[in-house]
Amino acid sequence: MGLGLLATVAQARAAWDVNMRSGATDVSRSVFDLHMTIFWICVVIGVLVFGVMIWSMIAHRRSRRQQAANFHENTRVEVLWTVIPLLILIGMAVPATRTLLHIYDASESDVDIQITGYQWKWHYKYLGEDVEFFSNLTTPREQINNQAPKGEHYLLEVDQPLVIPAGAKVRFLITAADVIHSWWVPELAVKKDAIPGFVNESWTRVEQPGLFRGQCTELCGKDHGFMPVVVEVKSQEDYAAWLGEKKAEAAKLAELTSKEWTLEELVARGEKVYQANCASCHQPTGEGLPPMFPALKGSAIATGEPEGHLNIVFNGKPGTAMAAFGKQLSEVDIAAVVTYERNSWGNDKGDMVTPKDVLDFKQAEEATQ
Amino acid sequence: MSAVIDDHGHAAHDHHHGPAKGLSRWLLTTNHKDIGSMYLWFSFCAFLLGGSMAMVIRAELFQPGLQIVQPEFFNQMTTMHGLIMVFGAVMPAFVGLANWMIPLMIGAPDMALPRMNNFSFWLLPAAFGLLVRTLFMEGGGPNFGWTFYAPLSTTYAPESVTFFIFAIHLMGISSIMGAINVVATVLNLRAPGMTLMKMPLFVWTWLITAFLLIAVMPVLAGVVTMMLMDIHFGTSFFSAAGGGDPVLFQHVFWFFGHPEVYIMILPAFGAVSSIIPAFSRKPLFGYTSMVYATGAIAFLSFIVWAHHMFTVGIPLTGELFFMYATMLIAVPTGVKVFNWVSTMWRGSLTFEAPMLFAVAFVILFSIGGFSGLMLAIAPADFQYHDTYFVVAHFHYVLVPGAIFGIFASAYYWLPKWTGHMYDETLAKLHFWMSFIGMNLAFFPMHFVGLAGMPRRIPDYNMMFANFNMVSSVGAFMFGATQLLFLFIVIKCIRGGVPAPAKPWDGAEGLEWSVPSPAPYHTFQTPPDMSDVHEHRKGTGGELTP
Repeated sequence: MGLGLLATVAQARAAWDVNMRSGATDVSRSVFDLHMTIFWICVVIGVLVFGVMIWSMIAHRRSRRQQAANFHENTRVEVLWTVIPLLILIGMAVPATRTLLHIYDASESDVDIQITGYQWKWHYKYLGEDVEFFSNLTTPREQINNQAPKGEHYLLEVDQPLVIPAGAKVRFLITAADVIHSWWVPELAVKKDAIPGFVNESWTRVEQPGLFRGQCTELCGKDHGFMPVVVEVKSQEDYAAWLGEKKAEAAKLAELTSKEWTLEELVARGEKVYQANCASCHQPTGEGLPPMFPALKGSAIATGEPEGHLNIVFNGKPGTAMAAFGKQLSEVDIAAVVTYERNSWGNDKGDMVTPKDVLDFKQAEEATQ
Repeated sequence: MSAVIDDHGHAAHDHHHGPAKGLSRWLLTTNHKDIGSMYLWFSFCAFLLGGSMAMVIRAELFQPGLQIVQPEFFNQMTTMHGLIMVFGAVMPAFVGLANWMIPLMIGAPDMALPRMNNFSFWLLPAAFGLLVRTLFMEGGGPNFGWTFYAPLSTTYAPESVTFFIFAIHLMGISSIMGAINVVATVLNLRAPGMTLMKMPLFVWTWLITAFLLIAVMPVLAGVVTMMLMDIHFGTSFFSAAGGGDPVLFQHVFWFFGHPEVYIMILPAFGAVSSIIPAFSRKPLFGYTSMVYATGAIAFLSFIVWAHHMFTVGIPLTGELFFMYATMLIAVPTGVKVFNWVSTMWRGSLTFEAPMLFAVAFVILFSIGGFSGLMLAIAPADFQYHDTYFVVAHFHYVLVPGAIFGIFASAYYWLPKWTGHMYDETLAKLHFWMSFIGMNLAFFPMHFVGLAGMPRRIPDYNMMFANFNMVSSVGAFMFGATQLLFLFIVIKCIRGGVPAPAKPWDGAEGLEWSVPSPAPYHTFQTPPDMSDVHEHRKGTGGELTP
């Protein structure tokens, strides 16, 4: 509640924000100081140079002086204005180098998190903790399409934020599953490209609990503007409790796989999975955006054999934007979304794919590899 | 010196070799003035087309939420806007100016390779026809940004990407041929006695630009060819799965891309270096250091490319090297700015349209230079990178830089081209509207960038709303004003106060020694420049009709 109020005040101020925030970490503050130092040096140089220029534009107009001077070189002056800027640049390079060395300090970390960029969401995996999840935009379509008033964190809100402990050194191992993305949280001064097939490293240490918002900063396709980053910094105790909960959830999810599901249950769960993972391309109506994103409504695959349908969801379609969801979603969610797609928008197969089927499929896939 | 103007007494001769009639004049011409005019008209059309795409972008960004276009199309607009402005508007405009002015400035009868000149122009409509056509193809046009990073532009690209690659190849061939032509002309066709250090700076900067083009356009051709191979022939240059590396794309692209930004600005430096002395009625300060500074900038442009890639995860030593090298560019650029200011100092200044644009060029380009220096600081760049701060930066160097440089040149030489004075009142209106509109459009982008707005997004949080609305209003104003420029140019072509051979009393250079409008053929007998002192430093000296 208190946090919400604070954020509202920040929002009002932010509307005419003209500068970078100093942020929440040592690194972000030293980057901010560096930014301000260079900025003021530029301002001083600008005032001097433009001052001389404007003076000349006023005092040396033809209406005031008919006869122009005729000088056109002066070696001493020219050497001076080559050497002095060089010295100023060296003065700038010193603090810049110091900050960069600090940022590149790769010493031991307390928590390691693998961040994977997907079109168009982030996946967080706590290394050695058996906890992983996707973080999806939660801003409703109606707000984006101007059919509902926009919330305060419009486009900067997710279902599950990345949670990290305060005071600890957290290392991020950043990569991507499809195209290049870039993971940025301004107030942590962490921005690193997520490159498919390669792992980049970055780190942060946030002193106080808080909520920090950022966005993907590398053009990654259609919904590049719709994959925010939200980081929640919790106190050490809260973090430990949260991690415990997450682990319990994971265990519960494993149980769900063996549960007996009804068609209605799967369709209901599938709709949520569909909205979070599929709707941005195939659209909430299932009509897609042909030809880049084909329709599912009445499609040969969604109304054909369940195996073929499961296969494309599980393995994706190489060479197109259709991603392989086999490693992204749980067996339950894959079963649910496939069942949903077979029984929505006029697709009325009436059959269902159960989590058990997905598990069998997965094991068969692994066996053939 | 009277030998210079050779054409007057040869009316009959002129008549014989005048322009052909009808369409074939333009299709088959090898005349540098005709080709120069075609380049300029082509670039203005591209400017309006790329500009109207910018209007679509700014209309969508006028308010938060999706109003006018969907993200898929928005990305096509940002991509095409960039490609058309860079390759269709700015570069051809400078080639057009080079075609018109370089032979006139060095006392040559034409460009050295006139047929190739015709071919390099006519490749452009083909290339851009192909590029623009992709917008109407199934799956849409290029939507991966003008920097077309792989794998978004390969595995994940719309099918039209192959046409995009072919279009880039054609533009590249055209640019390389244009550049070879400039080098051949400047090195071989200078009037007797015109040493390199007597050349106007526009010729110097274009000579250096031409070498940059010859060096980097093949690199661009290489990178798009690698894309083509990855897409159609199963190679994996940019795919880690096959042993390649998406970052390789960025290294190769920016090895082209960074010199490219100087290709778009150096000729403007040269033009402004003629215009400021003309309206200050005082020789250019530090001609020699201007030449060396241009050379230094060109050299440095090859060793700074990775400053576009500070966040891709290059090692510490790499970051440091590219940061230091980038900061060094401030030195020769500073020398140029100080030289222009010193040229104005204690001059006898008037502010006709060319001078207004030139002075605005110096001030606003310097602002773009300052933000460039800030971006060079690697740790700070982690915050600026790929935000609107970068968009503000490069629009400050390209709009009041390259484009104001082109406007200044156009007004400066319009009387020579058309034989009429342009309408000074309207031109001043054009300047002030452009100046205000451009600053309104691009200055607030610094603010939203620093506040955290990424570039290339069709929608944003309300905290960026105020300044985005201001930006859009400024952009609409700037865009609409350019129609006024079209009107001014047409009016000037159709009539007006007849222009004397030298309409600007402070101007110097061989181009003012021929009548206005410049006859179809000029300098068939080269002028003798041996008596002109080098110490008037390339302004053509006291050689005036």
